[in-house]
Amino acid sequence: MTRIAGIDVGGTFTDLVLVDEASGEVRLAKVPTSADNQAFGVLAALGDTGVGLERLGAIVHGTTTTTNAMLERRIARVGLITTRGFRDVLELGRRTRPQPYGLLGAFRPLIERELRLEVDERVDADGAVVRPLDEEGVARAARRLLELGAESVVIHFLHSYINPAHERRAGEIVRGLWRNGHVTLGHALLSEYREYERGVTAAVNAAVQPVLHRYLERLQGELSGRGFGAELLVMQGNGGTVAAGIAAEAAVNTVMSGPASGVIAAAYTATRSGIPNVVTYDMGGTSTDVALIRDGRPEVSTELELEYALPIHVPMVDVHTIGAGGGSIARINAAGMLQVGPESAGAAPGPICYGRGGERVTITDANLALGRLNPKGLLAVERPVPLARLRALIEEQVGARLGLGADQAAAAVIRIANDRMAGAIRMVSLARGHDPRDFALLAFGGAGPLHAVALARELAIPKVLIPARPGLTNALGCAVADVRHDFVRTVNRPLPEVADDLVQRVLAEQIAAGRATIEHERVAVERIDFVHRADMQFQGQSHILTVALPGVEVSRAALQRLFEAAYWQRFEVELKEIRPVLVNLHTAAIGRRRPVALEALAHGEPRPSLRAAEVERRSVWFDGGWVDTPVYRREWLPAQARFEGPAVIEQLDCTALIEPGCRVERDRVGNLLVTV
Amino acid sequence: MAAIDPVTLAVIQSGLQQVCNEMDLAFCRAAFSPVISEAMDRSDGIYHRDSGELIAQGELGLPVFVGTMQFSTQAVIERVRADRVALEEGDVFIVNDPYLGGTHLMDVKFVKPFFYRGALWCWLANTGHWPDVGGIVPGGFSANATEVEQEGLRLPPVKLYKRGALDREILAIILSNIRVADQRIGDIKAQAAALAIGERRLTALLDRYGADTVERAVGELKARAAQQMRARIAAIPDGTYQGEAFVDSDGVVDEPLRIAMRITKRGERLTFDMAGSSPPCRGPMNSVLATTRSSIYLAIKHVFPDVPINAGTFEPLEIIDPDGTFLYARYPRPVSGCAAEVSQRIAEAVFAALVEAIPEQLFAAPAGTSGNLSVGGYDPARRRSYVMYVISGGGYGGSARGDGISNGCSTIGISKTTPIEVMEQYYPVLFEEYSLHEGSGGPGAQRGGFGVNYRFRLRRGEARASMVMDHGRYGPQGARGGRDGGVNRVRIVRGGAEYRPPHLSKDQGIELAAGDVVEVSTPGGGGFGDPRTRAPDLVARDVARGYYTRAQALNWFGVSLSDDGSVDAAATARLRAGPA
Repeated sequence: MTRIAGIDVGGTFTDLVLVDEASGEVRLAKVPTSADNQAFGVLAALGDTGVGLERLGAIVHGTTTTTNAMLERRIARVGLITTRGFRDVLELGRRTRPQPYGLLGAFRPLIERELRLEVDERVDADGAVVRPLDEEGVARAARRLLELGAESVVIHFLHSYINPAHERRAGEIVRGLWRNGHVTLGHALLSEYREYERGVTAAVNAAVQPVLHRYLERLQGELSGRGFGAELLVMQGNGGTVAAGIAAEAAVNTVMSGPASGVIAAAYTATRSGIPNVVTYDMGGTSTDVALIRDGRPEVSTELELEYALPIHVPMVDVHTIGAGGGSIARINAAGMLQVGPESAGAAPGPICYGRGGERVTITDANLALGRLNPKGLLAVERPVPLARLRALIEEQVGARLGLGADQAAAAVIRIANDRMAGAIRMVSLARGHDPRDFALLAFGGAGPLHAVALARELAIPKVLIPARPGLTNALGCAVADVRHDFVRTVNRPLPEVADDLVQRVLAEQIAAGRATIEHERVAVERIDFVHRADMQFQGQSHILTVALPGVEVSRAALQRLFEAAYWQRFEVELKEIRPVLVNLHTAAIGRRRPVALEALAHGEPRPSLRAAEVERRSVWFDGGWVDTPVYRREWLPAQARFEGPAVIEQLDCTALIEPGCRVERDRVGNLLVTV
Repeated sequence: MAAIDPVTLAVIQSGLQQVCNEMDLAFCRAAFSPVISEAMDRSDGIYHRDSGELIAQGELGLPVFVGTMQFSTQAVIERVRADRVALEEGDVFIVNDPYLGGTHLMDVKFVKPFFYRGALWCWLANTGHWPDVGGIVPGGFSANATEVEQEGLRLPPVKLYKRGALDREILAIILSNIRVADQRIGDIKAQAAALAIGERRLTALLDRYGADTVERAVGELKARAAQQMRARIAAIPDGTYQGEAFVDSDGVVDEPLRIAMRITKRGERLTFDMAGSSPPCRGPMNSVLATTRSSIYLAIKHVFPDVPINAGTFEPLEIIDPDGTFLYARYPRPVSGCAAEVSQRIAEAVFAALVEAIPEQLFAAPAGTSGNLSVGGYDPARRRSYVMYVISGGGYGGSARGDGISNGCSTIGISKTTPIEVMEQYYPVLFEEYSLHEGSGGPGAQRGGFGVNYRFRLRRGEARASMVMDHGRYGPQGARGGRDGGVNRVRIVRGGAEYRPPHLSKDQGIELAAGDVVEVSTPGGGGFGDPRTRAPDLVARDVARGYYTRAQALNWFGVSLSDDGSVDAAATARLRAGPA
């Protein structure tokens, strides 16, 4: 039972990576995603491997079931029981509008007003009970919500982060009446102040909990019916996995799992290549995700807005997304400026070159026109479009208004797109006090390796790493992810007033909770690691800065030093005049799964020489002119290959572009390392 | 000069924008004033070295500052020229004088000469709203000051930093004149650090593309923004359009102030004439010229949000100086209400005029008040003084595209409210309610969004409440046959007796003791289109949610509901066929 299958469901394809650690064998599968019930695609991908399910040791599944449910608002009917006087908090939000400029737009609360009920109870900011809980009122409210057809329920009381007693008691009462068990307590997911954010996080959880629960039950049933008897794990947005049996309890944690698994694979790959600091660059069809990995660890954020006015404040891999992907459309705006994205041709009609009726120039079309993509190698083409027609459309839609020919116009589209993506990378690095020159760029996704080298040049990033299977990175992320649970506790006291043993006590409790959860899941882990962080601020500030803690035993003086150093690194400001405040303490409990060997992923059919790995030579546009360029097949590259750009490297679902003057070598785990 | 290639131009445009966005972010994350860090009441930009004109402005800045800092930068340039002030690298001017291109005193601007290879290349400037600058009330929003000296400390353009070093003497003067002075050093450092970050990023941009190329790009971008704005204006039918808006009172004399807005559109130009508006007022609802102009810029940006902001954007807008009105205040007229309230009324007058010209792109009036309330007191349990600020939103206007949103931010702001759980941590208050202001959405085919009700009780000690709000007398205007939104209401219960501010939305120094209650209901947005054409099932849904009563459905929307809450179609048809 040494076989682990990582399965990721994407918008178009469901990808699978199956690793047999005993034999080193790797099997891959790529099947169309089944939109209505993702389980069919999952089963089809498993079927494609030819390995009987009874022979699998674990399946790790990245699903977008909850993500899509939120996007399409195909969610459960949720009821709310809340503090008297505050049922509208979830509809009113924090006084915002969708865009800084323009007064139009709409907002639909997740729980409509008729399903939001109030009960008598009140706790104050110190945790003292101001008004006792009306237990009979709670039962009445629960019965009323059931009558109204609510499928799940949120119990959300003011200040429950400091004193959860009322929420807990109300939870017991409601659970006694709520047969399906879909009861979410606000403080249980997020023990942090801010009633709107905590309430919305709970509401999102309740809205997708029944959806995820049903999906996983059915999938588990299907898998067992086919002989699968080992553990099914589900990917979460924090970059860790959770046992399928308890995943729905904190279903909100799976909403942002898609981008997280890619970053986890990137961290795994980079660490094994001996590169601890990387910027990940995942460019797909409609969007690009970038994230920062330092010392092998992805940065984690707890402040993300799913869409307008829907913040979910649970720990998530901090991914910055921009609307620029292969399908992004190029157009000339009213000021006569070339603009690329955020409008996208998506999968349908898609870029012009897919021949599915797309008529507007996209990034993919520009790459094709410049010889960077192989017209015969595109996966999604329905009816091939003649290159001459493509070039004519580029000239017409982009070139004519800018006074450029087709070549220069296509190059301009790429340059503008790269500029936007470079901006996104600056925002995750420079704007947070990191110099991109200290990082390597790790490129994946269908289009990442095509743009990565140019981006690295733009940003003065010295190295680009292209993993063995850039198009299957998310599935790989599932296969390698550890089990992970996060715990947050609000302290919110000036540092000098924090009791000597408080930090130790809170962290010890979080460690115990983490250990208990992982043991309860019964997932095979080699060991459990605990990673601690503190959110801090200077007294009077409202934004927080997160500081990594070296361990459980942290003195107040050490906390102060860590915070001041982090503050200097971020803002270059020193403030001896003002007291720091300890806002929250976090613990991530990480159950380390056995490492998966990556070398097997890179197994190809190496040819004896670089020359023999060449498929053809093609004219490719670089920096103002056409250059005769060798095209290599990735699988054929010799193990010790070292060469210089220009080059195009093709593999099944991905093309890498190496600019002239860059050096390429293959590292010991099969990644291509490009020195820019 | 050779024309710049269009691709480099686009790259430089986004580069300049990113410099500003990074300054915005750095300022906001490092600031202490919650008005800056949470409410994002600040702005950062790049300004021309000779003219002070706007080159680029952060996208994350407070909307009311659209274009304002070019006026304060110009004031600094004038002072430098008049007094032959030597400029050196690392200098930073501080200024908050409302009459020198300012807003209210609380908006403190830092203006820094940016040198590239030893020569002045441009100015970097930012504005941050300080929580206090001294004056008659904590927080600065006096409801009844009659001269600017009562409103706080007024700073002409002086160098707060000289060659990178903070001038401790000027700092001492400032800190001796403001409340909660100990935290201001944090804001000052954050504000200066943001400019330093801008300096580094801009240097990198100039190194990369060359100062000459960027200079040419700046000129070209200005021309293109003007061209884009002209194209949007050209699509408006030629004609003269009128709108008006009213401020409840100036806080001293209980009479409404009128804004008369006459917009003339000819070809590719818009002319804004405010002649006929009320004369300068005694209380603090006067507006300085910079704020009046910025309010019009802001309104136009809300109507055409896709046009980028630089000096060119404003070229096709001709604003006739509203001499002799309260919209062009001169020393020593008090002005503390101009940035938060009068600015929003000016924008509403612009919307009211343009909704007749291009109804499909406009909307009925938004709630349009910042709802500033401050409570200053002493907490005996914690043995310290405090000042609590509450801001609030209201409904937005309906539009051809749909109903307005509820609890939208003030027109001039992007500031979030402070969570109740945070306020209760810091101040001795207990909130009893935070709910939707039922019935406040202006009836219309597309109704306005709803305002907010909140109520809190003072738990300990004594305090004084002051407020500068608006729309207490007249609700936000409906458009195209829609009705006005509900009005702003303030109710205070002191020692068991009810007190309502005589000026409805403005008052100062109301004494509170433990157990007293403050209750505020904010305005709803105006309705758009005849409410009797609103789809009856939407009205039934709104009644089921408790947004309106059955009587309101009947009287305002002409919809009759059966006992089970569903639409009585026959009765509704009869009602709607009859006279309104």
